[in-house]
Amino acid sequence: MSVFDLAIQNLLSPMVLFFALGLGAALGRSDLTIPEAVAKTLALYLMLAIGFKGGAEVAANGITPKMLAVMGIGAALSFIIPVVGYAALRLTSKLSSIDAAAVAAHYGSISIVTFVAAIEVVKAAGLPFEGYLVAVAAIMETPAILSALLLVRFSQKKAGAVSEQNLGELLREVGLNASVVMLVGSFLIGWVTGPKGLSMISSFIVEPFRGVLCLFLLDMGLVAGRGMREGLKHLSPPVLAFGLLMPLISAGCAALAIWPLGLTQGGAALFITLAASASYIAVPAAMRLALPEAKPSIYLTLSLGVTFPFNLSLGIPLYLALAARLTP
Amino acid sequence: MIKTHAKKRLEIIVEAPVLARLLDKLDQVKVPGYTVLPALSGRGLDGSWSREGLAGDAGRMVAVICILDATRVDNVLEVIQALLARQIGILSISDVEVIRAEHF
Repeated sequence: MSVFDLAIQNLLSPMVLFFALGLGAALGRSDLTIPEAVAKTLALYLMLAIGFKGGAEVAANGITPKMLAVMGIGAALSFIIPVVGYAALRLTSKLSSIDAAAVAAHYGSISIVTFVAAIEVVKAAGLPFEGYLVAVAAIMETPAILSALLLVRFSQKKAGAVSEQNLGELLREVGLNASVVMLVGSFLIGWVTGPKGLSMISSFIVEPFRGVLCLFLLDMGLVAGRGMREGLKHLSPPVLAFGLLMPLISAGCAALAIWPLGLTQGGAALFITLAASASYIAVPAAMRLALPEAKPSIYLTLSLGVTFPFNLSLGIPLYLALAARLTP
Repeated sequence: MIKTHAKKRLEIIVEAPVLARLLDKLDQVKVPGYTVLPALSGRGLDGSWSREGLAGDAGRMVAVICILDATRVDNVLEVIQALLARQIGILSISDVEVIRAEHF
């Protein structure tokens, strides 16, 4: 299947169309909204389901050296990508070092919903993938935050942005962030209970999964549309271009990094998607604590209003096509 | 006529990710109590915001109300201002009357 066919198939999937519905409704100032408590519940459900299924798959296949290698590469990429993003932003835009570091942190971390959407595309293409990538996703959430804070320290050459005491507290808060706890906890429960445990709750986490994902993507579309309406004026052309090009740079780095490991095509596509995605739940909250001077109107709008729609519509098919080049 | 007592009301509208740290500070200075309220939506220097549909804490605001004796205000402000100085938010102090003075 060509990249064009993949893109068309992806754009016409219910998930992407529901996202587009939300986006259109928000841009058109419809009164359609999803209450915050429902949005949080949907996000927790998705993390429970994806974590549990990944854990059950690892239980069935065991821990392998390849799995550990992919985890290590994921953590390293999460740390390195912000450095690349920071350098790109400082060279091409007029963002301050704090704003550039905050934006870069989002691109080193991951978006679990982009990952989930990519899983659905991989499944629709009939491709197998490695279940442990869920654990890789959890590992890739946080190194980017540390990387961004170090970038600010080095760029400012003075203390003040983050004290040692705050850094320790911040890492605890990020490590115990609701999304990380839910994802890792569900993964471990899925691992302990295995395929038998999965069969016990499959009517809750397997069959309804796509419908819930559609509802969550509708909500994401509404939030992204609202962000676009309010926030795009805060993005200069170089920053906007960064939101579209940085995922491709990250995808290229990820493809080179995992090429020697010989992942399945589906697994490679998912790993590349993780690297190319940008966080909009864990990192924005961490940035409000660690770098409060950074403007959320820039990093939230860029991550949620530019990069997320790009990845969901065109990025994922591109990453799938890139993964096909990596695998025999 | 019921007798009332003059107190100070601190209203702190702050970003949701900072809430836990703020409450820790209020506990640390042993304020008599506080109430946390959700804020629905609003507009500030960087544009409008709304809690609708948000799966994460960033972008949400909350309000913390704390009623104190006037003699405690400076001490409490000193501690929480160190935390809030760099955050988005509003801190206001107003005069209120309460019925049960011993609670504050």
